[in-house]
Amino acid sequence: MHKNSAIKSFFIEIGELSYFANRFFKEVFSRPFEFKELLRQCYSIGNRSILLVGVTGFIVGLVLTLQTRPTLQEFGAESWMPSMVSISIIREIGPVIIALTFAGRIASGIGAELGSMRVTEQIDAMEVSGTNPFKFLVVTRILATTIMLPILVIFGDAVALFGSYIIENSKGDVSFVLYFNKVFKTLEFSDIIPATIKTYFFGFAIGLVGCFKGYNCKKGTVGVGLAANSAVVYSSMLLFILDFVAVFVTDIFFEI
Amino acid sequence: MNQTQNIKENLQEIESKKLMLEIVDLKKSFGDNHVLNGFNLKLFQGENLVIMGKSGSGKSVMIKCLVGLMQPDSGSIKVMGKDITKLNRMELDDIRTEIGFLFQGNALYDSMTVRENLEFPLRRHKKKFGNIKDTTPLVTEALGSVGLAHTINLMPSELSGGMQKRIALARALILKPKIILYDEPTSGLDPITSKEIIELMRRVQKQYKTSSLIITHDVDCARVVSERMILLVDGTNYVEGTFPELELSKDEQVKAFFK
Repeated sequence: MHKNSAIKSFFIEIGELSYFANRFFKEVFSRPFEFKELLRQCYSIGNRSILLVGVTGFIVGLVLTLQTRPTLQEFGAESWMPSMVSISIIREIGPVIIALTFAGRIASGIGAELGSMRVTEQIDAMEVSGTNPFKFLVVTRILATTIMLPILVIFGDAVALFGSYIIENSKGDVSFVLYFNKVFKTLEFSDIIPATIKTYFFGFAIGLVGCFKGYNCKKGTVGVGLAANSAVVYSSMLLFILDFVAVFVTDIFFEI
Repeated sequence: MNQTQNIKENLQEIESKKLMLEIVDLKKSFGDNHVLNGFNLKLFQGENLVIMGKSGSGKSVMIKCLVGLMQPDSGSIKVMGKDITKLNRMELDDIRTEIGFLFQGNALYDSMTVRENLEFPLRRHKKKFGNIKDTTPLVTEALGSVGLAHTINLMPSELSGGMQKRIALARALILKPKIILYDEPTSGLDPITSKEIIELMRRVQKQYKTSSLIITHDVDCARVVSERMILLVDGTNYVEGTFPELELSKDEQVKAFFK
């Protein structure tokens, strides 16, 4: 009985999330457009995440190179290091790790912010003030995460490659020009384009889940905590599902 | 006898005025929980009408239906002659410019300054005020009317509970509404601040010539501000009258409120 109700509530949640996404697509193309608020959200989301993304990317680059080097050295294939690291980072590790970091930072923030606005009646006050709160709060945030995540991933990837170069330079005396020459010779459009496209979907999913949890927050202050927490959990899960789909589709079109 | 005659004359005078708000047979349920069971109300121009009721009696649901935050199951809500249950979003937004709403928890936007909080409705309702470039005079006027002009650049978190309530009232007043809805205006405030807010409500009503609908279970507040009262029990009108009439009532349910 308990199992049945859990399954039922899972499907209800999926249904509500789909309805929420449908409402987003309806409202995003209708007037009035909240450009000012969208810019404010883009700035706020980018500003809040850039340092975290930079540090995460740098450490990923360092660690990946440090841990891969001994194995490649064993086969005398250290010269393959820039190629291997760049493909790993650009295709998979960069987008997924940065999106997960972004989800932890932004989805929880959006969930808590909108949740708190819901329980303190600020969303109702906005509605009474003649503003469509869905458009003002939800549409702008989802668009902002969709726009900002790809930019942050490109930045994070660059920092990760720089971190990898630092290790290569200190251990193998590889120059900056040589390292990045190898990187750019290895990378192809079929590596960069699908990886960039999937980050738009990641950004959309993170914004959507964060807003959905926060906007529909119930049960007072306890609900705010739950909204923030479940926003991170659900958006992280959704990221992995989307990543699987993206890799699957890329494999069909680009034959990885 | 003389007092009763005065009350009746006052009521007749009120009822001769323009009808601002009319609720007829309002019903709203959440599943099996019937919150409103045919509630009726009339609010006349310049009148202060108090709705009293226990927690869970349907007061907050009724006030949310009044501004279109909730859709009733049946019944009509006419604001200045227009049934808001039949309006589309644009028409509803136009009607909302005539209604100020003071939320129980103030509902100030905590990411905005006091100035931005007051500017928000002004920028949204361009039909009423046009595209205002300089909002400062209107913001200063509204803040001045609640005696807090000096807080214009502060954040809501920097203000006390009483000050937040005043700012929320200033925000409700900035569109110069014809009707103000107060949802538990004195809840969570100490007795002195409550008295200040009650005085402010009276002053604001005289200054802006608004009609007020006040939801409260604070008897002191009802005594001072009400011209007419409705007691809401189980989602319907239990009894209606002036404060002295209800205070002297022999009915046990009514007496329980005034004890």
